[in-house]
Amino acid sequence: MHKLTVPISDEDIRALHVGDTVYLNGVIVTGRDAAHKYMIEHFIRHEPTDPEDIALHDKLKALLDGGVIYHCGPVVKKREDGSWTFVAAGPTTSIREEVYEADVIRHFNLKGVIGKGGMGKNTLKACMEQPAVYFHAIGGAATLIAQSVKEVLDVYKLDFGVPEAMWVIRVEDFPVVVTMDSHGNSIHEKVQAESEARLRALLG
Amino acid sequence: MNEPIQLDLTSELLELVRKAATELPEDMVVALEKGRAQEEPGSAAEQALATILKNVRMARENSTPICQDTGTPIFEVHYPFGVSTRMLKEQIQEAVAQATARAYLRPNAVDSLTGKNSGNNLGVDFPTIHFHEWEEDRIFITLQLKGGGSENVSVQYKLPDAALGAGRDLEGVRRAVLDAVLKAQGKGCAPGVLGVAIGGDRGTGYIVAKKQLLRKLDDVNPLPELAALEDRIYRDANELGIGPMGFGGKTTVLGVKIGVAHRLPACYFVTVAYMCWANRRAELTALLQNGRVTEVSYA
Repeated sequence: MHKLTVPISDEDIRALHVGDTVYLNGVIVTGRDAAHKYMIEHFIRHEPTDPEDIALHDKLKALLDGGVIYHCGPVVKKREDGSWTFVAAGPTTSIREEVYEADVIRHFNLKGVIGKGGMGKNTLKACMEQPAVYFHAIGGAATLIAQSVKEVLDVYKLDFGVPEAMWVIRVEDFPVVVTMDSHGNSIHEKVQAESEARLRALLG
Repeated sequence: MNEPIQLDLTSELLELVRKAATELPEDMVVALEKGRAQEEPGSAAEQALATILKNVRMARENSTPICQDTGTPIFEVHYPFGVSTRMLKEQIQEAVAQATARAYLRPNAVDSLTGKNSGNNLGVDFPTIHFHEWEEDRIFITLQLKGGGSENVSVQYKLPDAALGAGRDLEGVRRAVLDAVLKAQGKGCAPGVLGVAIGGDRGTGYIVAKKQLLRKLDDVNPLPELAALEDRIYRDANELGIGPMGFGGKTTVLGVKIGVAHRLPACYFVTVAYMCWANRRAELTALLQNGRVTEVSYA
């Protein structure tokens, strides 16, 4: 069992292997479909020029350097003083971000991506080079994971809607499992191959 | 009876939504516990199921959503003659908006053209409501919350399918459904429940398949050939080793439920509505006497 705090060092990432349980601490940022598309189109394909984009880019650069992005569209509640709290916050399916994630990892120097269901070859390659890992949270365990979210520090792009906004959160002992490591291993590739073989045997 | 029946079930419908979003049905909990017991102690599969069960308990105790993706709310409304469906539709919509404001539901209705989230779970054909008039003197409403991850791995096959070696028979159905489980891997939040429809057109296929998810896991299909097929696919799917979350393991599906609809001679669809382990469903019964609600119960 590993306990890691963001920002995470390359050495700590290299020490992780598929199957390891990790408890994550520190400040992470949620981002899913709309956020990934936005980051690619506004920050990565070309330098941001719009003043709002530049300001957000600078903030994200600081938050994500050695940091972690979380594929999550939470249920939130606004308190009377205007601050936010996470009510339910499990992972969303990561594979939809496969076309974007490798570029996002490289651009921001991400050390980890949290999601569910695993990702593909491009992300695995970026994890090996960066290095970075894919952390698998338990899909649907939304109330439990929300207990790990101790504070909502900020929210960007709320105009994307609550699920798609980028929430800046401080987490304590967020439980995840490494299912893609920086050594080229992926539990998802292994299970896919084994289950294909078993189905072939079953169908004769 | 000449006057239309006036009644207000808005607060009861709100309670129905709350229950569906926060309380996993007991048969699902039992199946998850059974799954946990058969996995290797300390394995990722066993840990995943332990976390899921802990989450289910916490969600019930705190009255917070089991999963943050509270999905598409799908209402099946059975009502006696004389009850206005327009009135019930308005009350359902009001209850859904209130449930969203109370954070039982995530705002989930997105304008497909502008990308704008309506913020209250109301939109074009959202939530889904199907009305069925019946002869009983009660209103009976089921609600299921169908999440997006499992919706994305749901799939419809057109038989025959040469690549799968699937012909227009129950063996072909078996091959198609197992292909859907293989393709889904852990992405639909395994261990899932499979709602399957044989036949129908492309639209009714999904409606019938999703209705199967309302059945209790331990019920027995009244059609013996389908009961046997459900059992066979359940055992086969759990031989694939995909396991909880796709981590590998023995618990890949918790149930298989198959329904049928008449089809065109030219068409033979097999529709697989994959549902995640958070198979959220709830029922409301309102007894009526002389046009008044006398008793409301939930299950």
